[in-house]
Amino acid sequence: MTRLLALDALWFALIASVVGGVVAPFALARGRLRWVAVVQGAVYANFALVTVATVTMMVALLRHDFSISYVAQVGSRATPAFYTAISLWGALEGSILFWAWVLALYAAAVVYINRRREGLLVPYTGVVLLLIALFFHVLLVGPANPFHAVSPVPADGPGPNPLLQNHILMAVHPPLLYLGYVGMSVPFAFAVGALLAGQIASDEWIRAARRWTVTAWLMLTAAIIAGMWWSYEVLGWGGYWAWDPVENASFIPWLTATAFLHSVMVQERRGMLKLWNLNLIVGTFALTILGTFLTRSGIISSVHAFASGTIGYYFLAFIAVVLVAALVLVAGNSERLRTDGRFDSPLSRDAVFLVNNLLLTVFMFTVLTGTLFPLVAEAVRGVKVSVGEPFFNRMTLPVMVLLLFLMGVGPALPWRRGDPAALRRRLMIPAGFGIAAAVAAIALGTRAPYAVLTFLFAGFSVAANVGEFVHGGRGRRTARGEPLHLAIWRVARGTPRRFGGYLAHIGVLVFAVGIAASSTFRTESEANLKLGESMEVDGITARLREVWGREEPQRQVIGATVAIERGGDTVAVLSPRMNFYPTSQQPIPTPDVRSTLLGDTYLNLVAFRPDGSGATIKMIREPLVPWIWIGGGIICLGAVFGVIPPRSRGGEEVQA
Amino acid sequence: MTEQVSAPRRKLPVLVSSGAALVVALLGWLIYGGLDKNIVYFLEPHELLARGTDAVDSPVRLGGLVRPGSVDWNESARALRFDITDTTQSVIRVVSTGQPPQMFRDGQGVVVEGRLGRDSVFAASTLIIKHTNEYRAPKAGEHPREAYKTLFKGAGP
Repeated sequence: MTRLLALDALWFALIASVVGGVVAPFALARGRLRWVAVVQGAVYANFALVTVATVTMMVALLRHDFSISYVAQVGSRATPAFYTAISLWGALEGSILFWAWVLALYAAAVVYINRRREGLLVPYTGVVLLLIALFFHVLLVGPANPFHAVSPVPADGPGPNPLLQNHILMAVHPPLLYLGYVGMSVPFAFAVGALLAGQIASDEWIRAARRWTVTAWLMLTAAIIAGMWWSYEVLGWGGYWAWDPVENASFIPWLTATAFLHSVMVQERRGMLKLWNLNLIVGTFALTILGTFLTRSGIISSVHAFASGTIGYYFLAFIAVVLVAALVLVAGNSERLRTDGRFDSPLSRDAVFLVNNLLLTVFMFTVLTGTLFPLVAEAVRGVKVSVGEPFFNRMTLPVMVLLLFLMGVGPALPWRRGDPAALRRRLMIPAGFGIAAAVAAIALGTRAPYAVLTFLFAGFSVAANVGEFVHGGRGRRTARGEPLHLAIWRVARGTPRRFGGYLAHIGVLVFAVGIAASSTFRTESEANLKLGESMEVDGITARLREVWGREEPQRQVIGATVAIERGGDTVAVLSPRMNFYPTSQQPIPTPDVRSTLLGDTYLNLVAFRPDGSGATIKMIREPLVPWIWIGGGIICLGAVFGVIPPRSRGGEEVQA
Repeated sequence: MTEQVSAPRRKLPVLVSSGAALVVALLGWLIYGGLDKNIVYFLEPHELLARGTDAVDSPVRLGGLVRPGSVDWNESARALRFDITDTTQSVIRVVSTGQPPQMFRDGQGVVVEGRLGRDSVFAASTLIIKHTNEYRAPKAGEHPREAYKTLFKGAGP
């Protein structure tokens, strides 16, 4: 009966979102302010009801209640409890349920945090969030219903998709991605809420929207990096990014959100780009829905594409509704979105933000075009094509290196109008660092122009951003006589937004260096080894010791034990494996990696002799790979630093 | 505000919009050009053969089945040769280097990426096993327990 309870909860959640999202705005528009409480109540009720449904599903999964269709689809008694729990988002219906829950959580948090705020902005924001929730509830009681009855009840199920139960990062990447993706609904809701409340000209909504965007951006960034890491650890090719459509789907809204985080400062400071910022927010939200459509409709075949069916049309219809509604609302408010300020000089922070936005938008359109082209080509011309790495690399590398360069220039420039001589003085030392990095890279054998440029600009911009910390700290040290490290910390905490941003820049630059180094200096080799034989790559020897098989409840594992030797000493023992799952005709590769700060030794078991006398091992050496993950960590740290409010002294608000 | 400052204010939108139009046009042209050179067609053997000499030396993903009995794996030279066929019985000879994946066998669906040479042999740079994620019962000999009996006897660490 828990099945009916959960289904009822979803129906009531649907009713709550109709009351709060469809009925309430009409009442609010007529000045019936009692309906503010109705919207609040609907948001909380929606959260409680969706939580009931989600918890019910989790319990059903863990108790192997195969009378519920979703459990019968993804569950299996042999799967470890941990992977059973995370299979909540392992297939279409469960992932939509989880999505609805995250959205309900965000809506409740927004309404709760702002419960004392006066005016109609927050109620209308709640209305918009409930309208989005309504769409997902329609999916949940309709085409993506996870609570169908199964009769007769099967004794066991097939278990989750093998790729999703093969690595612990699958517990990290999907929830973060949902938190990031769904989180982008909040700034969208604030924007549309402000339009509905007639408050689009005020700065109130943009501040709220910015803060929630940083939070969602943080989650999305962490999710993308966790996804790269997963791909590196599981897929066995030693890479982390392939411009795969589903990777792009997560990256495209990230680009517009990043553009917004920069251009919003121009609006706050200078009163410009209001319309543009609104477009970025609406665009980011629409792109998250588009991304969900691409990954969930089955239109692209990948580990993310679950079932096909009619659900794709719902998403397309929803995107159309969102875009048309936003267009109508924006057009109706165009007078209020007029710009107050104007650009004074091309040599100013304002101008750098403008170029940054231009580049990020170009980047976004390039990736979007490359991603959608195969779909359009197949639909229109009936040919199957793929747009591969060469296109994306060729088109986006110039944009990327320019962005790396601007990351160093922007912070060194003042608002409005910069002084060329001051800029030159300020960037002299960073330029020295950049040239040193480029010369070192060339001396070490870097020849690819974009790699050299990456090292050049990364050295330059890291020094420039670190320089901002030192610069700020020195000023305070002179004024207050504090030791430098304390002065830096206090200045940074005083304006966390600004310094959080610089920290994120440093993270991106470290990340870029990791990518440039690992892709430029990657060396690999593949060999058939008999037991005791060895292969060598980049001065490191891998010696095959054993080929073995092991039975586990949910799978069979075949592995190789390989000793990693350097100068005759064994420094590590790795066990690349192949996991055979009953639901997959193909073994799931499970490479094994030895990481040091200087680089990774990556082993993959390509093939083995059935008698255990030998195996084919692929060995890859990639320098600086761990710095990709470290850089990602620094980016997230910067976002956390920037979003935590400074300790207020006597309630003063510190504006960066 | 002096007149000097407000004068460029009226000019700016024209400048900005024409600049934006230029950028968009340039971008569209660049992306289109980039796409044109970098798309890879996914073809079956009969489709590739139908292209005749046009097909020579352009990057293609070729999908089909491994023709039974055609596989020739030279371990010392690490050279793999096999034929890809399709439902129309068109056949293309494929060469690649490196160990074929564990599941590579006669009749298996595969996708190879590479170029058709002038000698009508397809030089593949990558070889992927094509599979469906749908569940089906394993056929005899496919179950790793049966196929690799000896390994499971000496269970590893």
